[in-house]
Amino acid sequence: MTELAATDPLPKPKRDIAPILLPVAVAVVMIPLIGSPSTWLTLTAASLAMGMMIFIMASGLTLVFGLMDVLNFGHGAFIAVGAYVATLVLAPFAASLQVDSLWMNLAVLAPAALLSMAVSGALGLIVERVLILPVYGQHLKQILMTTGGLIVAEQTLYAVWGPQIIPTPLPTSLRGSFILGDVAIAKYRVLAMLIGLAVFIAIQLVLNRTKLGLLIRAGVENREMVEALGYRIRRLFLGVFMTGSALAGLGGVMWALYREQVHASMSDDLTVLIFIVVIIGGLGSIGGCFIGAILVAMVANYGGFLVPKLALVSNILLMVAVLMWRPRGLYAVTSR
Amino acid sequence: MTELLKLSGVHTHIGRYHILQGIDLAVPQGQTTMLLGRNGAGKTTTLRTIMGLWQASSGEISLAGERIESRATPDIARLGVGYVPESMAVFSDLTVKENLVLAARDGPLDDAQLDWIFGFFPALRRFWLSRAGSLSGGQKQMLSIARAIVEPRKLLLIDEPTKGLAPAIVMALIECLKEIKRKGATILMVEQNFFAARELGDNVLVMDNGTIVHRGEMAALASDVPLQERLLGLSLEAHQ
Repeated sequence: MTELAATDPLPKPKRDIAPILLPVAVAVVMIPLIGSPSTWLTLTAASLAMGMMIFIMASGLTLVFGLMDVLNFGHGAFIAVGAYVATLVLAPFAASLQVDSLWMNLAVLAPAALLSMAVSGALGLIVERVLILPVYGQHLKQILMTTGGLIVAEQTLYAVWGPQIIPTPLPTSLRGSFILGDVAIAKYRVLAMLIGLAVFIAIQLVLNRTKLGLLIRAGVENREMVEALGYRIRRLFLGVFMTGSALAGLGGVMWALYREQVHASMSDDLTVLIFIVVIIGGLGSIGGCFIGAILVAMVANYGGFLVPKLALVSNILLMVAVLMWRPRGLYAVTSR
Repeated sequence: MTELLKLSGVHTHIGRYHILQGIDLAVPQGQTTMLLGRNGAGKTTTLRTIMGLWQASSGEISLAGERIESRATPDIARLGVGYVPESMAVFSDLTVKENLVLAARDGPLDDAQLDWIFGFFPALRRFWLSRAGSLSGGQKQMLSIARAIVEPRKLLLIDEPTKGLAPAIVMALIECLKEIKRKGATILMVEQNFFAARELGDNVLVMDNGTIVHRGEMAALASDVPLQERLLGLSLEAHQ
């Protein structure tokens, strides 16, 4: 290896934009396949909205995976709990949600989302202390403990709220669509995109502009060395775990409004998608998670439209294709 | 001479392997102690056990008279122990600046200390905002050492700093470590390069099969070729 002298210019690290271009390429390739531009735009908007919601739910999990190598199969419990807790606010204020005023509607939705995040975050604290702390470094036991925790959480939700599906109708001001020519984009999807983007930007700012973010990024790469520098990574992990749980709760509220219903096993299908997103994004990579979520949503929407029979396996095929291209995910952060 | 670090009867097990088998050693304050030995003798395990990265199964480890064998790694680091691992372990996704900002636990980076570091590692100033992952091997080693000395430390544990580096870089690194010594640092250093060990060491400990088999002054070992061959399998002359 040739050593660089201090005066030599350092080779500029290559900016890896191929994963960023991938969703763009997928969208462009779909234009002729779908045929109708308005259908393509509607499906693309639906993909972005769905992708943002999946990203919100998956972002915490990817940091948990990357930072502490913990396989949390119970992540879906935070989604369901978040959605159920939101109904505690949404149901009593149903009348305010039926008023055709965006501000009145948001005045109910915002506290519902904040309460869901607080409860999911607190549940994350309990899960980390009780279920995960005793099994650090033991993957098989982590799977057993967190899967068991998910089952207990689902059954508890059934016991408390009953087995029936709880309707969560969209607030009046978020019903309907923005009409652009012959293209209709649902208002709620626009809101979901904005919230998802805001969460992504906030996470990026924290990770890149604060010392806490530096610690998280360093911990994802080499947690042992972070400890050798004098930082208690377990506390850091607990904070990340709680934040990830709170974000899953927020995602649960958004998903419940998107589907306009809540039930205890609502996260079962989502969990599969979230794990696919985390794996194809690269464990611990927020950027990869963001792109992965959009890709998964694109495949679900475009695939569902073009080849409905392939809908069930389309995301598995996506994962296989991405891992054949990049075996450690779109943006590999850890060597695990 | 005051002993800053002392290990008494330290045993370390990794899984079912009994690696350290009763280590007794002392590191005098303000001196550089070299830890030598063949591959697999337990040198790296000794440093990692001191740092708390592997827990001692039994025995006592004290730093400035304070017992640390049961303490967690972050607590040991906060007592003033800087660690430079064999793998360098720079955070490659972070810039040079960000690596040092993290290492400066107690506040913002000290300009005077930085200038002192840049004095013997000018490459770090030049590549201040570059990702650490894009540095060369020698520059990564410089960053790894800079990280350990960016704030004053009581004790530096350095694991094979010259490993895999080009001879010219090794010479520069030796000069840098001499400068750190002159500032009064206490260092326990694992080294396979006997030439570097002779240049830097005040004292020497030789390990074999998880125990200390020789202790003395570095100069005495450096001048005793038969002893070098018996303890290390190779003489200094063979290294050169």
